[in-house]
Amino acid sequence: MIKRFLIARETLLLGVILLLIALVASRFPGFVSAGNLVNVFNDTAPLIILALGQMVVIVTRCIDLSVAGNLALTGMAVAMLNSVAPGLPIPIILTISILLGAGMGLMNGLLVWKLEIPPIVVTLGTMTIFRGIIFLISDGKWVNAHEMSASFTGFPRAETMGLPVMSWIAIGVSLMFLLLITRTSLGRAFFAVGGNPHAAVYTGINVGKTQCAAFVISGALAGLVGYLWVARYAVAYVDIAGGFELEVVAACVIGGISIAGGLGSVGGAVLGALFLGVVKNALPVVHISPFWQLAISGAAIVIAVTFNARSNRSSGRVILKPARSNS
Amino acid sequence: MSLKTRSLPDRLHSPRSQVFKNWETLLFAVAVSIFVVNSFASPYFLDAWGLSDATFNFTEKAMIAFAMALLIITGEIDLSVASIIALASTAMGAGLQLGLGTTELVFIGLAVGLLCGAFNAVLVTVLGLPSIVVTIGTMSLFRGISYIVLGDQAYRGYPPDFAFFGQGYVFWVFSFELVLFAVLALIYGILLHKTNFGRTIYAIGNNPTGALFSGIRVQRVKFILFLLTGLMSGVAAICLTSRLGSTRPSIGAGMELEVITMVVLGGVNILGGSGTILGVVLAAFVMGLVTFGFGLLNVPGIVMSIFIGLLLIGVIALPRLWKMFLNRR
Repeated sequence: MIKRFLIARETLLLGVILLLIALVASRFPGFVSAGNLVNVFNDTAPLIILALGQMVVIVTRCIDLSVAGNLALTGMAVAMLNSVAPGLPIPIILTISILLGAGMGLMNGLLVWKLEIPPIVVTLGTMTIFRGIIFLISDGKWVNAHEMSASFTGFPRAETMGLPVMSWIAIGVSLMFLLLITRTSLGRAFFAVGGNPHAAVYTGINVGKTQCAAFVISGALAGLVGYLWVARYAVAYVDIAGGFELEVVAACVIGGISIAGGLGSVGGAVLGALFLGVVKNALPVVHISPFWQLAISGAAIVIAVTFNARSNRSSGRVILKPARSNS
Repeated sequence: MSLKTRSLPDRLHSPRSQVFKNWETLLFAVAVSIFVVNSFASPYFLDAWGLSDATFNFTEKAMIAFAMALLIITGEIDLSVASIIALASTAMGAGLQLGLGTTELVFIGLAVGLLCGAFNAVLVTVLGLPSIVVTIGTMSLFRGISYIVLGDQAYRGYPPDFAFFGQGYVFWVFSFELVLFAVLALIYGILLHKTNFGRTIYAIGNNPTGALFSGIRVQRVKFILFLLTGLMSGVAAICLTSRLGSTRPSIGAGMELEVITMVVLGGVNILGGSGTILGVVLAAFVMGLVTFGFGLLNVPGIVMSIFIGLLLIGVIALPRLWKMFLNRR
């Protein structure tokens, strides 16, 4: 029954996105050309990847506000590495950025797991610490396109089978998450911890460790996006992706991932991100100032969370929850 | 907020509880030692006017921190305070364009603060939504509205008498903001520690269900506290706008972090249930002195923000590490 509800929610969101695209297309037919839709998807790819990472964190009743800081720090680190050693092959750069991001995620995770500090406090703190460290290592300077090697900036934009590599990575990460959530015990553990931490302890799940794992996954993806972001825009500085963490949380909330934990799906996170991506790309097309973006994502969070609470409100007290077939 | 295996305290943390007395003594000692170290480190530190200028580092944040402390003690949080400042300041700027005078501008600032607080309050207490997500949303929404109104522009040209709130002095080196800070500290101290309302705040923070069953209108108390936090953000917006003399949509960006750090550093339990206004006052002085000292030593602002972030985590982490260390022995 819950599964049916989730499906209904995702179809609804998909319907809203399609409606939005149709509305824009009715005035500006160029918006639905294949080339533009590919652009919109590619532009949303970082948001999709980060929203998936944020999803597992939120499902375990935590929140990760440090993703944008993590992204920017990793991006700056690999950009500086590239300007010092331009010959470094891309697979090594990718590995370094994922490990660096995972390391920062591990830091968040350990603080939440071992010291039981509320995740919001931990990640609010590390968010500023990461930004500050970027300033320290870069001395406030920018790393510009001419200091990066052609292969470094070329990788995310290289087109294979009609889509840029960046889009393929987003698709690949989504598929991996589908497997992680539906086919592994870790995926089950995320939902068990979020659904009922006390019961999870009695079934032999280490709550803190599971939450820590979620933070590591979120951090690793932030690191990956850090490289992709810096390479795609061919610039790295202290403030890149400033405030992006809010967009990531917005994507999750819009995608129906309950902030109270234990509820969410891969499809929801992807569609939530796509919704914001379509809005963002449609604004300039319909001649609305990009300054509207911030207020729109804020309003979307408020509306989505109200909507979530309305539809999730259970009547009476649920003593025994029905088994969740999708988790 | 972490909802995992949170053990309920077996006794009420009264404000006179020994632990927090110690925490405040510690904070006081830290404040005094920073003061002494700074006066040796820089010859410019011990100067009445210099120190008076330094108080501007914390007065506006502390005004919000008082209300935020009450909110956090009840187990809620408001991340939108800095954005309320932006929106209130933008509204005052818009009023200025209509040719309104100082009285009207102050009224607008307070009213917008209250309205924003009421908006959060309705979403959290009437609709029953988690305050973290709601205020993350309104944090984008309120500042987003400022960006829509202002874009890359700024409002300037506030009337000369409006400058009093942020730049005026009541007596000798005591600025209007410093006096307001002291008065508000007194009011919030009495409200939290000497009134029935204050007792209900602790009761809610320690056990919301228990509080409800003992006849406390939990949602109403929380509603009032969100209103107060909004109002204080409005007051801070007036002071900050008056001090800067202009309004940009990025005004006060990141201030919510410093306000929350101040509250947590002041010994307020981030999970709710305990904390004192005296602690917040001392924390305000500690943060103000550190920022001022760093400024004199030419430390860039972003490095100070690393320090604030470390402080936020360290203040909670160190006592827990210490406890783990003691348990291990």
